[in-house]
Amino acid sequence: MIAVHNLCKTFRVAKRNAGLKEAWKALFRREHEIVHALEDVSFTIEDGEMIGYIGPNGAGKSSTIKILSGILTPDSGTCIVNGRVPWKERRAHVSEIGVVFGQRSQLFWDVPVIDTFELLKEVYWIPERKYKSNLDRLVALLDLKDILRTPTRQLSLGQRMRCEIAASLLHSPKILFLDEPTIGLDATAKIAVREFIKTINREQKTTVILTTHDMQDIEALTERILLIGRGRILLDGTLSDLKERYSETKTVIIKYRGDHFLLPDGAKVVERINGHATVAVNVKEVSASAVISSIVNQVEVQDISVQDISLDKLVVELYKEFLI
Amino acid sequence: MKKYLSFFTIRFLNGLQYRAAAVAGMATQFAWGYMRIKMFLAFSKANPAAMPMEFDQLASYIWLQQAFLAFFAVWILDNEIFEEIRSGNVAYELCRPLDLYNLWFVKNLAMRLSRAVLRCFPILFIALVLPKPLSMSLPQSPASLILFLISLALGLFVSVAFCMVLYITTFFTLSPAGVRVMAISLVDFLSGGIIPLPMLPEKLLFFLELLPFASMTNTPLRVYSGHIAGTELAFSLGLQLLWLTVLVLLGRFMMKRALTRVVVQGG
Repeated sequence: MIAVHNLCKTFRVAKRNAGLKEAWKALFRREHEIVHALEDVSFTIEDGEMIGYIGPNGAGKSSTIKILSGILTPDSGTCIVNGRVPWKERRAHVSEIGVVFGQRSQLFWDVPVIDTFELLKEVYWIPERKYKSNLDRLVALLDLKDILRTPTRQLSLGQRMRCEIAASLLHSPKILFLDEPTIGLDATAKIAVREFIKTINREQKTTVILTTHDMQDIEALTERILLIGRGRILLDGTLSDLKERYSETKTVIIKYRGDHFLLPDGAKVVERINGHATVAVNVKEVSASAVISSIVNQVEVQDISVQDISLDKLVVELYKEFLI
Repeated sequence: MKKYLSFFTIRFLNGLQYRAAAVAGMATQFAWGYMRIKMFLAFSKANPAAMPMEFDQLASYIWLQQAFLAFFAVWILDNEIFEEIRSGNVAYELCRPLDLYNLWFVKNLAMRLSRAVLRCFPILFIALVLPKPLSMSLPQSPASLILFLISLALGLFVSVAFCMVLYITTFFTLSPAGVRVMAISLVDFLSGGIIPLPMLPEKLLFFLELLPFASMTNTPLRVYSGHIAGTELAFSLGLQLLWLTVLVLLGRFMMKRALTRVVVQGG
């Protein structure tokens, strides 16, 4: 279990304007700005949960992950992960967590991936049998068989990320931190990574904390979302709650044969091109099903689909609402 | 312990790959040692009475210094460690159940040992078979050889402990450049890397020999040639041990400070 209370962290950032004159001035007097990376952040996460931790760039996501994984010491506040304070008992703590920083690499650049794995086996004191079975499982699930013996520098990004994830799971951690694990991956690789994360969360009951800017990741993986902005937790709820609260419009797309049709109040046609119509429904005034049945009664409908507001748009709405 | 040993092995084997660099290094070190001995030979011919040590002691000093350069030279630093700190990749190392100080210490030991193993034997061999007075002399007794090896190991440890302080400083300065340049040029002189310490004025020498830098190179080389013996020898070995302890404690203290206030750089 992870319990975080009133976590604060500030950074001092040196600033100066462009130009030689400014650089010269900065030699004698440097201006600093205090950046509040985290201000009073609190949340709890139960074992086996899968959390999407979202927020715009610079909101404090990475700082939170770094504190939770014991790398960063906060200015104030408490944080207990599986009964330990991460930065105080760093070594005991990190032996039970796995971390993937999407923008960094933990694999040795010049040697085959398997060498890194073997080294991690020693580092985490993984017993031979457990190592073997974990490795076999990871190789099968992530399809690593053909790339284990390739040096890291010759792997594609997608291949490397699969290896990175495998490397962070060899010691069967109880908690997995994924910091932008799908960054820069193509569609196939993204889907493979997502499927895998789902599998280990379901089968190993691994708690997963995922930060990402890819809303499809969130949609595919997590039930619960933590939204952070300007160092504060702004929202903590399930994905469907969020959608209900923020998506006032649904879109109904129909393919039909026949003449014009009339719509009930609260629905209007956005676009109509030879036999296709896009209808926006304000769900506060009328339900999507009422609109559909009204249309079906008037014309012959060949195909129909209902879409929620896209998660990307939803997040933009959220950021707007919280002015972040 | 075993985990550090596997890091040691990986690093050691990795270091053994660079054969061309080793050949080039040997050539440089051999030429360099030869030139310096010739230079001191000229001095000694001009005024033999002014030489503070026997010429064969000096020759051994210089040859051993060249052969074991990789043990002592402060400029042999692990760029990976600087880069890790600078870029913030150290984050991954901190996510491991490892003591970062021990880990880096072991990596440095391995790096220096692999470099030295590749280079020292050919240099030592040639230095032994050269004609007198250019040649290096054999150790005076098995006991003095053993004492030399002990002092050599201590010197290596002191050098690595000093380099650890340099690495950790980067956590605070964020760029390694300044500290590196300062440390390298100062230590090179103070450890006897440019002029063998015994050749320096006596008053200066008294202080220099108390500094940790003398414990890196100067002490083992003088032990080999029998230039120090008896109580002075015991004192020198003790001093090496003292500096090793002090530097390790300092490094560990700085590391602890660094990790509590460190900002892992980049996203």
